[in-house]
Amino acid sequence: MPKNELDFLAQRNRRRFLREVGGGIGMMGLTHLLGLEGRAGADGGPLAPKQPHFPGKAKNVIFMFMEGAPSQMDLFDPKPGLVKWSGKPLPESLTSQLRLAFISKDAKVLASPRVFKPHGQSGIEFSDYIPNIASCADDLCLVRSMHTEAFNHHPGQLLLFTGSIQFGRPTMGAWSVYGLGSESQNLPGFVVLTSGVGTSGGASNFSSGFLPSHYQGTLFRNQGDPILYLSNPEGVSAGTQRMALDAIRDMNQARLDETGDTEIASRIESYELAYRMQQAAPELADLSNEPAHIREMYGIDDPMTKQFGTNCLLARRLVERGVRFVLMMHASWDQHTYLNRELKKNCDRTDKPTAALIKDLKQRGMLDDTLIVWGGEFGRTPMVEIRNTQDPENAGRDHHPLAYSMFLAGGGIKGGTVVGKTDDIGFNIEEDKVHVHDLQATILHCLGFDHTRLTYKHMGRDFRLTDVAGNVVKKMLA
Amino acid sequence: MRTLIVFCLAPFALSAAPPDFEKDVWPIFRKRCYACHNATLKQNGLRLDDGASALEGGYSGPVILPGKSAESKLIARVITEKAEERMPKMGAPLSPAEIATLRAWIDAGADWPRKAAAAVAKPVHWAFQPVKRPTPPRVKSETWVRNDIDRFVLARLEKEGIATSGEAEKTTLIRRLSFDLTGLPPTPAEVRAFLEDARPDAYERLVDRLLESPRYGERWARHWLDLARYADSDGYEKDNERPIAWRWRDWVIEALNRDMPFDRFTVEQLAGDLLPDPAAPQLIATGFQRNTLTNREGGTDPKESRFEQLVNRTNTAGTVWLGLTVGCAQCHDHKYDPISQKEYYSLFAYFDRSDEVDIEAPLPGETGPHLRQLAAYRESREHLIDIFNIKPLQRAWEKQMMFTLDHPGANIEWDFAIANTRPMFDRFEATLRTPPGQRSAHDEDRLMRWYIRSPGPDDSRDPDFMNSLREFRRRLAGIDEKLPSITRAPAMMELPDPPRTRLAVKGDYREAGIPVDPGTLAVLPPLPEGAPRNRLTFARWLVSKENPLTARVTMNRLWQELFGRGLVLTSEDFGTQGEAPTHPELLDWLASEFMERGWSLKQMLRAMVTSATYRQSSHARPDLKDIDPGNTLLARQSRVRLPAESVRDAALTASGLLNDTIGGPSVKPPQPEGIAELVYSGSAKWKADEGPGRYRRGLYVHFQRTAPYPMLMNFDAPDSNVACSRRRRSNSPLQALNLLNDPVFYEAAQAFAYRLITTTPPERRVDDAFLHTVSRLPSPKERERMMRLLDDQASALATQPAEAARLLPVKPDEAAWVTAARVLLNLDEFITRE
Repeated sequence: MPKNELDFLAQRNRRRFLREVGGGIGMMGLTHLLGLEGRAGADGGPLAPKQPHFPGKAKNVIFMFMEGAPSQMDLFDPKPGLVKWSGKPLPESLTSQLRLAFISKDAKVLASPRVFKPHGQSGIEFSDYIPNIASCADDLCLVRSMHTEAFNHHPGQLLLFTGSIQFGRPTMGAWSVYGLGSESQNLPGFVVLTSGVGTSGGASNFSSGFLPSHYQGTLFRNQGDPILYLSNPEGVSAGTQRMALDAIRDMNQARLDETGDTEIASRIESYELAYRMQQAAPELADLSNEPAHIREMYGIDDPMTKQFGTNCLLARRLVERGVRFVLMMHASWDQHTYLNRELKKNCDRTDKPTAALIKDLKQRGMLDDTLIVWGGEFGRTPMVEIRNTQDPENAGRDHHPLAYSMFLAGGGIKGGTVVGKTDDIGFNIEEDKVHVHDLQATILHCLGFDHTRLTYKHMGRDFRLTDVAGNVVKKMLA
Repeated sequence: MRTLIVFCLAPFALSAAPPDFEKDVWPIFRKRCYACHNATLKQNGLRLDDGASALEGGYSGPVILPGKSAESKLIARVITEKAEERMPKMGAPLSPAEIATLRAWIDAGADWPRKAAAAVAKPVHWAFQPVKRPTPPRVKSETWVRNDIDRFVLARLEKEGIATSGEAEKTTLIRRLSFDLTGLPPTPAEVRAFLEDARPDAYERLVDRLLESPRYGERWARHWLDLARYADSDGYEKDNERPIAWRWRDWVIEALNRDMPFDRFTVEQLAGDLLPDPAAPQLIATGFQRNTLTNREGGTDPKESRFEQLVNRTNTAGTVWLGLTVGCAQCHDHKYDPISQKEYYSLFAYFDRSDEVDIEAPLPGETGPHLRQLAAYRESREHLIDIFNIKPLQRAWEKQMMFTLDHPGANIEWDFAIANTRPMFDRFEATLRTPPGQRSAHDEDRLMRWYIRSPGPDDSRDPDFMNSLREFRRRLAGIDEKLPSITRAPAMMELPDPPRTRLAVKGDYREAGIPVDPGTLAVLPPLPEGAPRNRLTFARWLVSKENPLTARVTMNRLWQELFGRGLVLTSEDFGTQGEAPTHPELLDWLASEFMERGWSLKQMLRAMVTSATYRQSSHARPDLKDIDPGNTLLARQSRVRLPAESVRDAALTASGLLNDTIGGPSVKPPQPEGIAELVYSGSAKWKADEGPGRYRRGLYVHFQRTAPYPMLMNFDAPDSNVACSRRRRSNSPLQALNLLNDPVFYEAAQAFAYRLITTTPPERRVDDAFLHTVSRLPSPKERERMMRLLDDQASALATQPAEAARLLPVKPDEAAWVTAARVLLNLDEFITRE
């Protein structure tokens, strides 16, 4: 047996051990809920930092999930070819196997009114709706050849985040923390930020599935308590809270002495961590000490960009403090109607803060080990969707899983590159197809994992994020 | 590797003599193929252990074409360069020599002599063998034994030379029993009464009292709800509320409280509608199957949604009754267990023959008032419909909708109306296509109500028309209000004209494979001959005494709930990949006892909790730390954190806030802003119940699938999307924050403090506070610590009268009790059953 396989087995045994500790089956206590100094890795509990399969370029991930499916041919994938087809239905040879949510197969083609220009040294073309993202061109890897199977939102989101359209599997963030643990001693390892309206997937986009619930995403709010139940109850002072915590600790300790159940030691540790979280999270959420130029950069004082900009700035601050996986969900990009108006609105809200996050991470030297992923669950059709024939502004686009765009930046990613090519009308992919499973495999690769070996046994078999597929996309890698 | 293949010598390609089957070909099949392609596993329907079957082929047709190796799939699949398609799946690819042998054999006519056919039968996995009633073993320490369960446990411990643990304290026992049997802590009065009860059978009397408590049904219903993936919303994007889902939940509570035999409990839920002359409760019971998710996202393919629901029903039945991961065989034959893909669809076929229906299921007292008003209601309703001329308009709309269904693409705006209506309106096409005269009154009413909200694109543009519809809706609502309603219930019905079920190739509903009849797994006993192939037969087969799984799986789950882990740890998987039972004979004894006692859950629970094994202390034992860290040998009880609902219930009970109403619609206690908003487009509203509803037990908390109540999720409640047979028990800082700061728990602490101050004399308060929370008196050390906290807190508050008043508007030394109450409600012991 080759040496790396032996290592792998050893590691898997260790994982199994951690799992049993973490699962709280009652056999062992979570004596050390989070890895404490000097104990990182070996047996420090389910969230202790762990070594990946090989050194990964990225330590953290910020997944900017643009829920609803942004229109790729109006943002990332210029298709002058559409003009030729504009107003005509596509040939049946293209559409015979097509599944569409709302429109029919003979819907007419809609050319994009957007103006595309090359940007940066790399000369990647972006639309005029996203000038700020475009200004990061040389740091981005733009994938124009994404594809997926699902053509409805919730199944599409399940596939993107869990690798399967069936319910119950762990999400990407949960897998990441399961694999790597958390670097933070006083914040959760997987944090979720939301903006806009509710998403189709809701909590299923950050569920731990069949992994222990430690790995579930923690919703972090940009108003009120950043973490649920973080503040002391109304009327309870800090002194009273500490007094209560001390008594809880002492009496738990007494019970530990009496019963010998090490699970109580973990409970004591949980309460200490909760207390530290109470101190750390408000500091994290307090943006008042950010300098004016940074606030300006993210646009947090401009009503248009305030919500998303605040989340972007929070994402940076979370990663700075060792949070492993930040999922930002912005909804909704589901422009079935009023494409021009609504797409612009979304871009105006998110373009500037997105670019600010990339540039800010870069200027702090954090982009090298932070992986940024931007995109939705599928793309939009080259054909028009019209729900109101009497309003010409009403035109939009339906769901299109066969070809769409996403971009990545940072840890392990080759900036200034374009991967993949679609046909003249952006209907099919002509080169370098990247399936959602390939994207997942590549993200895990950047974190240092062989996606086929990051597994968890459940219902009698080993499961993984990429189901039974996925290939690392080498062209995306630095 | 690839270049190597090209240059390798292929012996048979060069020689003229065809290979000898016995000597050359058979060893390849035996070594490389028939681990999967044998009589039992038959992966993808293919056997390569038997000549006739091999030549017949698999699900996709023949794989060996005699004389034509180039066209034979068998060859194509061993030489393909696509790793994911290449056979064999396990181990290295076949060698060039082996491939050449197979080619030459096929080209020479694929002669398969008979005698090679005998394949060695593999020993059958334990769980598929019939339940045999073992004789309880003899033990040395007869005095320890309270019932036969203990013999199995003790015999094993004696063999290992491990001592049992002493009996737990009486206070621990009553708290353990109360949580295990009712999900609630005992009251201080109940604790005192038990301590004072000196009768020799005091314990058994306590057990009987708890089993008779209506709380018993609530506690065990929650366990069944986990298995049934019960929720109060549809799931998926729209995640609409299900305002009548609770009818089935209440049926479960009642059935359990009456100790309905588990075989009947099974039959009614899977096939109550097929029983002769089913009564309303038997129809409501079929609501079990209605807990599948419903995808109402616009533009969803109704065929896909239905397929997903049938898959969910099939997999759920597999987990709940068979304890098998049948779902693995949705796309291919099961990799480890003897479940072929064809067999999967033979289970799927039972559900494929039925459809969802909401039935009228009046609650007591509803029918009379309804009927009294009905005639007058109908009259004024018809009158109103006439005034507004609704019917002709509705018919025209129906005609247009039908036309659109038949001519998609003719009008895109109407296409959109169809795409949006279909997922939202159950059985839309069938209802629409039924001529108005033949529709049920309910369906006719549903259609009209849909029409008057969404009259189609053309009329929607006419503001006058829409105003008049709005006026109609307003006046109709006025009339509706006067008719006392009849509550409906979700149920199932058999389709009069069921579709022919087909295997979905690779699990894809769009790829119809071979037709499949309802059936069972070959490894399990056959269906009774001549019985109709429907859900009723299937349900009865599940609970037939010959079925080796149902009783074992059910008893194992009861054991799991009472001992912290099942005799089979993987209670959801009794297949070859699951864990083996720690006490196989005990499991079989329990299973056979269960069937002999008429499938009575209460009797079996009683047997388990009155055993000496159950009554042991749960304290950790240093001597077991290394030899049995998982407590698999049961030399002690397990100390386990309470399930999420019981954590809530315990706090409400201690504080005196608990509203013990049983059943009815689910409730919404306060939850932080931002949770309900997670639901798609903010469509879910969470209006916290201001009345006593907010103090109901945890099992009644409204479960919104895409934005579940955070406290339940923090404490490991299942997500209700798939069957959950075993909850996890995590230990996280979010739980600490939840108990410390959630206004629900803070309110409980305030109420608890107020209760102590107003009902207990000062000198007894500390004792009572412990009794209310951990059902025991404090140790001297604990009492001292609690007194110190009260003193410190009182002196601090004395200088901070404003804070004291905010805690509780009483004297500062009394307000200090709020902090003391919070401490007790946060103790590890408080949320643990010891």
